[in-house]
Amino acid sequence: MLVTMKTPIIRVKDVHKSYGRGPNRFDALKGVTFDINEGESIAIIGKSGSGKSTLMHVLALLDAPTSGSLELEGVETSTLHGKSLNQARNKTFGFVFQQFFLTANSSVLENVMLPMKIAGVKRSERKQRALAALEQLEMADKAGNKAVNLSGGQKQRSVIARALVNNPRIIFADEPTGNLDTATGAVVEDILFNLNREHGITLIVVTHDEELAARCDRRLYIRDGLLVNDTTEVAA
Amino acid sequence: MKTLDLFTTAVANTFRSKTRTILTILAIFVGAFTLTITNGLGTGINQYIDDTVTSIGAEDVMTVTVTPDADSGFGGATSGPTEYDPEAVSSGGFGPNEGGTVVALTPELLDDLADVDGVLSVEATKSITPDWIQYGDGTQYVTSVGGLVAGQSVQLAAGEEPDATSDAFELDLPISYVEPLGFSDADAAVGETITIAITDAERTQHLVDATVVGVAEESVAAPGAGGLVVNAALTDSLYDTQNIGLPDDQLERYATASIRFDANATDADITALKDNLADAGFTGTTVADQLGTIKTVIDAIVLVLNAFAIIALLAASFGIVNTLFMSVQERTREIGLMKAMGMGGGKIFGLFSLEAVFIGFLGSAIGAGIGMLAGTAISSVLSGAVLADLPGLTLIAFDPLSITVIILVVMAIAFLAGTLPAARAAKADPVESLRYE
Repeated sequence: MLVTMKTPIIRVKDVHKSYGRGPNRFDALKGVTFDINEGESIAIIGKSGSGKSTLMHVLALLDAPTSGSLELEGVETSTLHGKSLNQARNKTFGFVFQQFFLTANSSVLENVMLPMKIAGVKRSERKQRALAALEQLEMADKAGNKAVNLSGGQKQRSVIARALVNNPRIIFADEPTGNLDTATGAVVEDILFNLNREHGITLIVVTHDEELAARCDRRLYIRDGLLVNDTTEVAA
Repeated sequence: MKTLDLFTTAVANTFRSKTRTILTILAIFVGAFTLTITNGLGTGINQYIDDTVTSIGAEDVMTVTVTPDADSGFGGATSGPTEYDPEAVSSGGFGPNEGGTVVALTPELLDDLADVDGVLSVEATKSITPDWIQYGDGTQYVTSVGGLVAGQSVQLAAGEEPDATSDAFELDLPISYVEPLGFSDADAAVGETITIAITDAERTQHLVDATVVGVAEESVAAPGAGGLVVNAALTDSLYDTQNIGLPDDQLERYATASIRFDANATDADITALKDNLADAGFTGTTVADQLGTIKTVIDAIVLVLNAFAIIALLAASFGIVNTLFMSVQERTREIGLMKAMGMGGGKIFGLFSLEAVFIGFLGSAIGAGIGMLAGTAISSVLSGAVLADLPGLTLIAFDPLSITVIILVVMAIAFLAGTLPAARAAKADPVESLRYE
């Protein structure tokens, strides 16, 4: 494995996140520190309520940490506001969720074009790039179909195309195979790891599935808001 | 997201839940339709009054008579018959003492009038009484004659107004005379010559030939009071003919005179002018005096009707609030996703308020469109039946400006209604929206 001493893409230092105040205060993260290097595949593993979803939300800049520092490509994220924050989200991240979050009555193409629409990409370029992404996931023939009419595997592939289309540096996958049968889930996993390996996109998978986690370069175990184990394994 | 994309996305979202959108649009439609009709009613009636006003007289013209003594004239006398006044003449035209007798305006009095503060020019109204008019060898018909004061206009069915500066004898014929005189239609009458018979003071009848240059629509208050409208050259000729043989001291006696005042005069200026006239012994009446009251009443009625339409729109705006709240609720996940993908709160707000504005636009445009169709149909049916006696009246008329204003007002109301749900969508927390465990 190539380990260089360049700036990690994400650097997390003693991040706390709590919700509520006084007696209702709930500490979801109680001081987490780790780095993620560009091109790594990372699994964040934990039971439900362990804080793994909160950690992903903080990493994806959807939620601000209560204390501690989070650097994205060497930039302290607490300095990002408004437009720069939105731009960082739009350009850097792609999301794959367990529940797909496709707009049911829009076409697959429309769904895949959404991130570019938000970024303000021209209509013709949007269409071309979205079709290219769908082609890559062997979904080009489904571009005109309504999202609601797709099978689970096709939906998740559409979601991956949508995550890819803005050429993100990092893809967050939250239980990406949770809603899929084993065979389809395996195909989706292959697609994600393929992207990680061949395109160098950093992959952060949030899961409680040990088998999926085992395929990642590193596994971060979270329990009760604390990082209990950080393994760096030699790729099998 | 670019503005155009924002707009097209908002429009597309509007049609996502068709039934709900259509119901909301219907509610707005009712309000906009009512507003269009009531507004059209006001526009139509006021337009008719305005047309009537310009045909009666220009805005800066006042009809002046000599103020009669308190005990002269009809009903003024407390006891006994009214004493004969050799200066009194029969008043014609549109004065306050129409049909009665008034003290005549002599050249001296006209000079006095010209000296009154605020009076720019004085023109005596020459009263002409022809015997009959005739086309070719056709039947002779009784008529009256009136002239145009500068600023007056004739509502024409054909041809043009008589040329005031021309030396030729020109006149406009009322449309009701066209067929009796033997013309096939209004256009056929234009350019023809008719004969006017007038008797002078020595009981000799004279014939004057004049060219028909136009045909006037009948109107409640047409210039010439429903008779011939003649140009200055013809007026002078007829007047001189009529006065042949009149003793010198009977010449130049006028019942009324028109004065002009500053066209930019304010209401206060006009009141001051009237006071000046009253001090000099004259009574001045503007056209606005005669029709202003009617207009005020109509404006008030239209205002009340508009208020009802606005109430309907307010009710509809709650429909918009409701529709959009449901929309925001349904699209929580989508909003969360868009935020996660880097769409700013401002853009989300814009997306939903544009949707509201678009719903408002659809409702008001359809309402105004159908309102205009219905209004036009209603007024054409009515003008052929109940309102046939008021030619030229379009009961419900539309001017593009007020229709545009209606649509914009409804869109503004829709925007205001949309701000509440849109603000909720803009504030949505992506983490909260995307939670599914």
